[in-house]
Amino acid sequence: MKVSLFITCLADHFAPQVGEAVYRLLRRHGVEVDFPEGQTCCGQPSWNTGHLDDARDFARLYMKAFAKSEYIIQPSGSCAGHVRYFYPEMFPEGSRERQEAIAIGRRTYEFTEFMVRVLGVKDVGARFPGKAVFHNNCHMQRELKVQEEPLEMLRCVRDLELLELPRPDLCCGFGGAFSIKQPEISTAMADDKVDAIAATGANLIVSSDLGCLMHQGGRIEKRGLPIRTLHIAELLWEGVQQNVG
Amino acid sequence: MSAKTPFLERVEKALADDHLRGAVRYTAENLYLKRKAVMADLDVLAEKGEALGNFEELRARAQEIKRHTLAHLDAYLKQAAEQIRKNGGVVHWAKDAREANQIVLEICKKRGAKKLIKSKSMVTEEIHLNQALEAEGMEIVESDLGEYIIQLARETPAHIVIPAIHKTRRQIADLFGAVAGRELATDTKTLAGFARATLRQKFMTADVGVTGANFVVAETGTLCLVTNEGNGRLTSSVPPCQISVVGMEKLVPRLEDLAVMLNLLPRSATGQKITTYFNMITGPRRPGEPDGPEELHVIFLDNGRSNILATQYQEVLSCIRCGACLNSCPVYRQLGGHAYGSIYPGPIGTVLTPLLQGFDQWDELLQACSLCGACAENCPLGIQLHKHIIRLRGEAVAQGREHPLMRTALKAVHFAWTRPGVYKFVARSAHLGVKPFTRRREDGSEYLDNLPSIAAGWTNSRTMPAPARKPFHQRWAELQREEGAK
Ligand code: SF4
Repeated sequence: MKVSLFITCLADHFAPQVGEAVYRLLRRHGVEVDFPEGQTCCGQPSWNTGHLDDARDFARLYMKAFAKSEYIIQPSGSCAGHVRYFYPEMFPEGSRERQEAIAIGRRTYEFTEFMVRVLGVKDVGARFPGKAVFHNNCHMQRELKVQEEPLEMLRCVRDLELLELPRPDLCCGFGGAFSIKQPEISTAMADDKVDAIAATGANLIVSSDLGCLMHQGGRIEKRGLPIRTLHIAELLWEGVQQNVG
Repeated sequence: MSAKTPFLERVEKALADDHLRGAVRYTAENLYLKRKAVMADLDVLAEKGEALGNFEELRARAQEIKRHTLAHLDAYLKQAAEQIRKNGGVVHWAKDAREANQIVLEICKKRGAKKLIKSKSMVTEEIHLNQALEAEGMEIVESDLGEYIIQLARETPAHIVIPAIHKTRRQIADLFGAVAGRELATDTKTLAGFARATLRQKFMTADVGVTGANFVVAETGTLCLVTNEGNGRLTSSVPPCQISVVGMEKLVPRLEDLAVMLNLLPRSATGQKITTYFNMITGPRRPGEPDGPEELHVIFLDNGRSNILATQYQEVLSCIRCGACLNSCPVYRQLGGHAYGSIYPGPIGTVLTPLLQGFDQWDELLQACSLCGACAENCPLGIQLHKHIIRLRGEAVAQGREHPLMRTALKAVHFAWTRPGVYKFVARSAHLGVKPFTRRREDGSEYLDNLPSIAAGWTNSRTMPAPARKPFHQRWAELQREEGAK
């Protein structure tokens, strides 16, 4: 099987190790991976801030870069949700681009969604001691309807205690440009979330979204709390190495 | 950044008010969880064939009813008006708030009415009816407990279903105590008892009862009131004259449509299977009937609604004001209602207010949303509130309503990132560009702090990861070489 990796602008800039983890986990399960040229950003920042024409340009860029890809894997539920849910909206009903957008949305997967639903892999053979909560991103739970898949994968990780997070549906307040435009509200939401997480006794926040993790992790660092944030692919890959090593 | 806008001042005030935030969070969470549980029950009942349908089915039916109604709104309004007249009621049409208030005033003047009692209604809040009447020297008293509390506090509702959501028991006891002239205990029995006794008096002496309507049935001209305290029933049966102010979108075509709506409204609003009181008012008192008003007026209000018809926002008019979107909104949860500054707060207010009243005062509300989509998920009419917020942001941006620095930043990103070569160059040099703001942790890893300009919005409360010295697309080439060497 052959898949294409869409790294997302955030992972490309701030967390290349997440891309590497996704790559290595896919390879480990016999999947061929390519990395199409010409990819940049899904365009969510433009869309969400009302720069709708600009967002369309990004959509076209993505559709072009991945035109030949059968499966497109993203380490982000948010960006995958944007592609699948909002790209079709950007083009007039009945247009060729609308059809393309719908088709590319169907071929686009968030990483754990692909692992569990397509590959049928829940247990990657990882060991990772810690007490974790999983934070599900809003697009991922509501638009992609991916909720159980990451939890199923985490439950298979040896020595990892997966704790229940109250109100897991609640947004953490990242929201892309929202986090900079409305920093006070965004931070109040982060505190709400982080307090709830701290109350579970977790020392680890796992997510499939770097945006949420940067936001929560950045707040945690300012507050000096003993909680680490980690992308799920990174945790799984670190865990595989620990288990093997 | 420029000086604080009134909106940001209100946000700051709300965020600094621990009482308010505690009270709002407690009640909103409670309502959210109750709704969730009762909808899960509904799905189980539906599975056993003991309900009209599960949540998704009922939502689809409600959407269809409203879609159809709004598509033929003029015909249904005409039908409703004819029926109301046939039943002995008087129908008025109000283009805007001023006209609606004027109509109420004239009815009162004709009857020599001075005292009014009102049951809970958002639309009369929207037109500021109380102020209009008080300015003419009339007394109007709110009979819904929550509305009564905020009337005493001289505030506006902080929630469309729970007007006093932001008030603690202590604050309520103090407000009532000021009316009673003595200190009151904070238990429900004392507070509700005091309100009941005081309001009964007002009911008995009122010249006019004012209500809204949750639904108006076009085929019969029936006004429907959904309440939990029975104040709607008293308001519409004790005073000799009833005036109902109704948003023109409140119609359903047939009586049987109510079955769908009544399955959804109480469940969505308060997590109740059914409401405590449901009143159907078809005309004034008939000869031989023991109660009900001798005169019944219905005022259909436009106030910006017809501008929403036949636009991409039309479904917003299908809102039944259940408040589920507020209870599930993570921003409302932090702020409560007053920070929005609009009569309708939360997600529905964020969308509806600029649509009804324009961008000038209200475009900023559109920013108070993280686009999480919880509102649309919980809305019993499936209104895609977050999508409408994006569309409205699009319109605002097209009109140049945007922070200039934000605009510059987004335009720069668009320029650079739609050109893959430029994108790569920028990504590779990013770590150099932010050098002055790069800090080192004890373990040697790097992060950013004290970023300038709009980015300070982030680093004032959060650290930021430092850009990688080698972005992934560069690392990719190495991974490929490694693979080739195997
Ligand atoms: S928009 Fe939907 S959830 Fe919000 S008040 Fe209206 S009907 Fe209820």
